Amino acid sequence: MEHRQWDWDIGKKKIADFHQWRDLYKQVQEPVVSPDGETLAAVVEVEDMVFSVCENGKLWENTFDRIWYPRFGPNSRLAALVSTEAAWTVATADCPWEAVFDFVWDPRFSACGGHISAAAQNEGQYNAVTDGVAWNASYPSLSGLAMANDGTKTAAVVQTVPFNSGDIFQFQEGCYSAAVNGKPWEHNFLNLWELNFSPDGRSLAAEARTTLYDYTIVVDGMPWPASFESVWKPVFHPADGSVTAPVRKSGKWFLAKNGAIIWEKPFLQLWHHQYSRDGRCIAAIVAPAFGKWTVAVDSRPWSLHFSDLVTDLAISPDGNRVACVGCTDGRWAVAVDNRCWNDRFDMVWQPVFSPDSRHVAAKVEKQGRFFILVNGRPLKQTFSELWDPVFSPDSTRLMVRGIEDQNSGHYCRYVFQLSDLV
Amino acid sequence: MMHELYGFLRGPMLWVALLVFFGGSGYRVAAMWRLARKKDAVIFNYSSGYYALRSIFHWLLPFGSRNMRNHPVMTVVAFVFHICLFLVPLFLSAHIILIKESWNVSWPWLPDHAADAMTWMVVAGCGFFAARRIIQPDVRYLTSTSDYLILAAIAVPFVSGTWAFHQWPAFPAATLVHMASAEILLMIIPFTRLSHMLFFPFTRGYMGSEFGAVRKARDW
Amino acid sequence: MTKSLPTDLAVIPDKGVDGAAARLTPERVARVIQILLAEEGGARLKVYTETCVHCGLCSEACHFYLSNDKDPRFAPAAKVKQTLDPMIRKNGRVSVDFMKKACEIAFTECNLCRRCVMYCPFGIDISYLMLFVRRICHRLGMVPQYIQDTAHSHSATLNQMWVKEDEWIDTLQWQEDEARDEIPDLRIPLEKQGADVMYSVIGPEPKFRAQLIYQAAVIMHAAGVDWTMPATPGWDNSDMCMYTGDSEMMARLKKVHFETAMRLKTKRIVMGECGHAFRSVYDVGNRHLGWKMPPLPMVHAIEFYYELFRDGKLSLAKKYDVPLTLHDPCNVVRGRGLHEMARFVIHKTCTTFIEMHPNREHNYCCGAGGGVINCGPPYAKKRVEGNRVKADQLAAAKAKGARVIIAPCHNCHGGLEDIVKYYELDMEIKFLGDIIYECIEKGEVDS
Ligand code: HEM
Ligand code: SF4
Ligand code: SF4
Repeated sequence: MEHRQWDWDIGKKKIADFHQWRDLYKQVQEPVVSPDGETLAAVVEVEDMVFSVCENGKLWENTFDRIWYPRFGPNSRLAALVSTEAAWTVATADCPWEAVFDFVWDPRFSACGGHISAAAQNEGQYNAVTDGVAWNASYPSLSGLAMANDGTKTAAVVQTVPFNSGDIFQFQEGCYSAAVNGKPWEHNFLNLWELNFSPDGRSLAAEARTTLYDYTIVVDGMPWPASFESVWKPVFHPADGSVTAPVRKSGKWFLAKNGAIIWEKPFLQLWHHQYSRDGRCIAAIVAPAFGKWTVAVDSRPWSLHFSDLVTDLAISPDGNRVACVGCTDGRWAVAVDNRCWNDRFDMVWQPVFSPDSRHVAAKVEKQGRFFILVNGRPLKQTFSELWDPVFSPDSTRLMVRGIEDQNSGHYCRYVFQLSDLV
Repeated sequence: MMHELYGFLRGPMLWVALLVFFGGSGYRVAAMWRLARKKDAVIFNYSSGYYALRSIFHWLLPFGSRNMRNHPVMTVVAFVFHICLFLVPLFLSAHIILIKESWNVSWPWLPDHAADAMTWMVVAGCGFFAARRIIQPDVRYLTSTSDYLILAAIAVPFVSGTWAFHQWPAFPAATLVHMASAEILLMIIPFTRLSHMLFFPFTRGYMGSEFGAVRKARDW
Repeated sequence: MTKSLPTDLAVIPDKGVDGAAARLTPERVARVIQILLAEEGGARLKVYTETCVHCGLCSEACHFYLSNDKDPRFAPAAKVKQTLDPMIRKNGRVSVDFMKKACEIAFTECNLCRRCVMYCPFGIDISYLMLFVRRICHRLGMVPQYIQDTAHSHSATLNQMWVKEDEWIDTLQWQEDEARDEIPDLRIPLEKQGADVMYSVIGPEPKFRAQLIYQAAVIMHAAGVDWTMPATPGWDNSDMCMYTGDSEMMARLKKVHFETAMRLKTKRIVMGECGHAFRSVYDVGNRHLGWKMPPLPMVHAIEFYYELFRDGKLSLAKKYDVPLTLHDPCNVVRGRGLHEMARFVIHKTCTTFIEMHPNREHNYCCGAGGGVINCGPPYAKKRVEGNRVKADQLAAAKAKGARVIIAPCHNCHGGLEDIVKYYELDMEIKFLGDIIYECIEKGEVDS
């Protein structure tokens, strides 16, 4: 279902009496909520060491010895990792895959939610599985699973050359590669990290270490011509296929594109850069000086800065606005376009832009209570549990999903008219 | 000839020595500061006046640190040595008279017999340090020739100064030796291990800051 | 006037060091040293090496010196004299054999315990200088085999012990199952978004001491703490790369660790009883990344236990009544001043506490820290013999009745175990958590 087709009628819907679940089951684990807000789910213990999933009060028919990591996909379908008699698999909406494994973990959804991949281990051999189908090949180790947006490809760092424990010189020859749908790149590296597919899924980039002290970016198995003291996660341009990554040179960080530095301004730190949707602008979390954290847009840092950290960078859909979460002296805040919203909180979640880029909302926590800020102003309701706010596709409404903290303990889904809020 | 030399040492050379001492000290500290700004900028973020002074205080106070209590003889000798080393040149009547003659400024001075005794304490201190360098195996291992030369550089102006003061045989020559060696000493302070005098407040203050402000522990 | 080294201290054979030496040329050694001196040797290096008055007042701070019958070569300043001084004086033109010896000194004759800082009148930081030597060794690829292998593990798995992603999760779930036999409603909540506390441990815990995770879970449960553990890499707070001189990898590890907590939106990180890991997250790794202090509050287990008792979150079923003593770990005592908090917890939970001497900031290092124990078997004998003073210190505490040593640090545990065995002290070594686990009411405390 498209966002447009979700229920955007103004008002409050009681979805589930979450607190009652606690009386019904021996154990109720942390609840999760579907993106459309219509479903609340949690792993529950129905009998001693027998687990199921409760969705809006209804139990899955299957029970398992263990269930964990329940997560909703973008299409609001629930998946969880389940095991019966030490055999693991992925169950989606009460339906486990037929294939079972000695272990599966790290499930991923494709952008539309139609495909699910996970990392899997059988008898000490590792590969990735998509919708229950494993790679043809398997490896002695696997880490850092990545999935292409459309779900047709998975990749992971795999060990391609065996080495005995303690054989440091073999390790230094390079024993790891990236396998895409099971097929490794031609070259091996000392290390690879942060695999990242291009938006169209055709290319794969990664951070690499080529000697004990040389780092570079590798795209489809080919290292950049230059090497650096260190690198952070490479990102593809949304359209033209070029790759940018933060690189460290002479103790300072720069942004480089295809191996050449494009942000000439050195930073003490630079990471988590992001493109706007059209690729025109790049924003990144930077430290212009030691212990001074801010956001740089196209290499120009904001004048605003935070002493502890900046995280959760968000770029508006039109690419003109940037928001982030910052913390100074242990007090958390939201900053948008070089301005910090007034209040300080115990925790702040990633700000969310409206589709028309005009509004920003964020979930925050103060003294154990959660609430939503819209354009800097708090909504009245407070919650004992809360999920990120969601704007309607026409940017006129805001959906809030939370478990009320007064009286009821109900999970409710609210839709507000934005013009009433701001 | 002797007279010209005297004039030279008392005149131009003294100025040169003072210039090199103050200029050199200033330069060394400034250069180090610049280098720190460039390469160790991080440390400035942790400097804390309170904790720096807290540490410096404990290390300037006799027996203020555990290690000083562990080595009472060394502590007494080092403190007496350093105190005399400072006080004698600055508060010696002969020096103050010379200064008064030249610029007509003066300040209280030490009684001559006290200054004499203190001088011998400095010399004895040098002797003690030298003996330590010879006798104590760990110190001997650490010692290089320059360490003995530095001790000599301290001892010579003090011995020759007393020599001149007491007008022992050939004292005019001793006076020249005194002046020359004192000027040399002044000039080498910034450029040898004697620069510990310049850097002490910085190294101790930095460690005091790290221990006090960041690590919340004592460093004495 | 470097004296030629007597043969009884000839370099100990090590595959990593020897293998690297076979491939090095003096030209490369010189180039690497020159580059590092120019690029990374700042004011601290210069002031420390130029200010040292060679007074030897730091000698008796060092357990290696004291334990090796005051052999001058083990004096802190002597370690500089044998390593950095000639490198600086000769502008890097030292031989490969010289580097082998320098490598051995920097990696296995200094625990980076910073005790000597407290004995030098100038506060000259020998551990900083020894780390600089290790940095040079790293850039020469000349690092003892065992610790280098650990550094490789860190790079490949982002943990210290080659623990694979699934093995980590499996271990936590297994510990949860075990603990539920004892306490039916206990959980080890994985990946809980927004918990107050992320609990992080060091690689050896899931590998060799999973029981400690179990105990931590019981303590968390009993105290009613809102906590979580990550199911992704980033769970390991340890850091041998900090000790091999691989600062870039150290930074990478700290980034993953802190960002895991930031992803989970926990308000702070509580870590198990480890000292070196604390050092790396508290004032070394974070600095390399540009975080002045840890970006999220980083709470060592000692401080955490202290808070729990102070706030009455834990109640006792009994007190631990075997007479015991406390070993103050360098990295959380000289490194974070947690000694009084440790004593507070001990007085709460134990009946008979016997101080060892010296103690608090002045305690002797266990001899294992600074990556020395991680250099492995080739250096084990030298390490244990290099800490005879620790054995004497423990024996004195034992003579006063202590039968148990509390060592709230993993490295200290390893180091003290070896010492207790080698010197036949017959004492038991425990974590604070062991005692707390044994003594508390394990059911849920009403708050
Ligand atoms: C307040 C700052 C100072 C401190 C903390 C300090 C500290 C020390 C220490 C700890 C020693 C070691 C003793 C030894 O050699 O075994 C020493 C030696 C020495 N200091 Fe200082 N000092 C200071 C200022 C000075 C000054 C102003 C001078 C004058 C030039 C000076 C001259 C010497 C000399 C000549 C030695 C003997 C060196 C040797 O043993 O070879 N110091 N100092
Ligand atoms: S082991 Fe400790 S006391 Fe000895 S030199 Fe190293 S830091 Fe100093
Ligand atoms: S105590 Fe300090 S100045 Fe003296 S030898 Fe040791 S490091 Fe050098």
